[in-house]
Amino acid sequence: MCALCGVLLNDHWAEQDGGRRGRIFRVGLVNRVLGHYGLELGDWAGRVYVLRDRKGHAAVVDNLGVLWAEAAKLAGRPLDPLDPELIRSLG
Amino acid sequence: MAEKTPVTLLTGFLGSGKTTLLARLLSHPQMGETAVIVNELGEVAIDHHLLRRVDERTVVLGNGCVCCSLRGDLADELRDLLGRRDRGEVPPFRRVVVETTGVADPAPIVYTLLSEPVVRHHFELERVIATVDAVHGLRAPESVAQAAAADRLVVTKGDLASPGPLEKRLSALNPTARIVEASFGELEPDALFGGDRHLHAVPPPDGGHAEHGGVQAHSVVFEEQLDWTAFGVWLTMLLAARGADVLRVKGLLDVGAPGPLLLNGVQHVVHPPIHLERWPDSDHRSRIVFIGRDLDAGALELSLAAFVRAARS
Repeated sequence: MCALCGVLLNDHWAEQDGGRRGRIFRVGLVNRVLGHYGLELGDWAGRVYVLRDRKGHAAVVDNLGVLWAEAAKLAGRPLDPLDPELIRSLG
Repeated sequence: MAEKTPVTLLTGFLGSGKTTLLARLLSHPQMGETAVIVNELGEVAIDHHLLRRVDERTVVLGNGCVCCSLRGDLADELRDLLGRRDRGEVPPFRRVVVETTGVADPAPIVYTLLSEPVVRHHFELERVIATVDAVHGLRAPESVAQAAAADRLVVTKGDLASPGPLEKRLSALNPTARIVEASFGELEPDALFGGDRHLHAVPPPDGGHAEHGGVQAHSVVFEEQLDWTAFGVWLTMLLAARGADVLRVKGLLDVGAPGPLLLNGVQHVVHPPIHLERWPDSDHRSRIVFIGRDLDAGALELSLAAFVRAARS
């Protein structure tokens, strides 16, 4: 339930609908955002996500709740959805 | 699974009259079969057969996020109450009221109710009630956080100071809460516990949201149907980036169903969204109220719109 601590739970609030197709769609959208920071997210067997940067660093994350904090670590900077540059890059 | 037992969280700053309110409420016949958990036995005596006292014990989880810390004392007590009820060792109860200390942050309690595995399967957070006294108002950051988390705001001590100005400020700070008055704790339980708890309207912006120590309510309205996946991606990212500044988020979302999706969160802690059968009024636009610091409704709308567009393209 918690955006930061959702790892404790299997059913993160933001991932309750959509099933397998929803998960694929979600990964695609997240990658539109992460691309701005040089990161990429992959789905691993529909159970966890694997986050990668261009230098080969990777992190396994359980859900959206913990994804963004890990992504900020890999990117070495905060990931802010209100950042005008990110908004422009999303088109 | 058996129906979950509703839990009401009663919070409010030191001396704001929450124990007086609780004592009066419990004397009402309608409040029978209520178990009460308090942190401290105050000056106002509560005579109740199912009164339990706990010592506040907070377990801060590894990531150091305070709002997501687990209140082990509360989880233990709720599990114990459940076991005793099942074994017939305590009188049956159909509601639990948890009274917090005056300086308690409501978020860890909400988190405990939503995340502790046994607790969340047997109990559900019904609503958060916060008392604010008309004499002192919102006098500390804790009382602002408590008022922001509330679904019902009870203005107390209206006999000592005019409650009107405070009610106006509270309405501006937390436009999603219903405000009621109670002097000497006198209030019918229906004013707090009655009605459909999900159907209280989330108001559209009225431009009158005043600031309280840097905390302000911001209403975001979205005309088009929202893609739920895009919204979830956006809000999780927003809370990760700005979560320390967001005290509350509550909204009704048009996700293409006949009724709206109810979203409700306290700091980082977001309730599982609920599909409602109908809208509370004729306004069927998505609207979300953010209560927090250093937020800008225009920037939030632009950002959300960009995520929704990206989901379509």
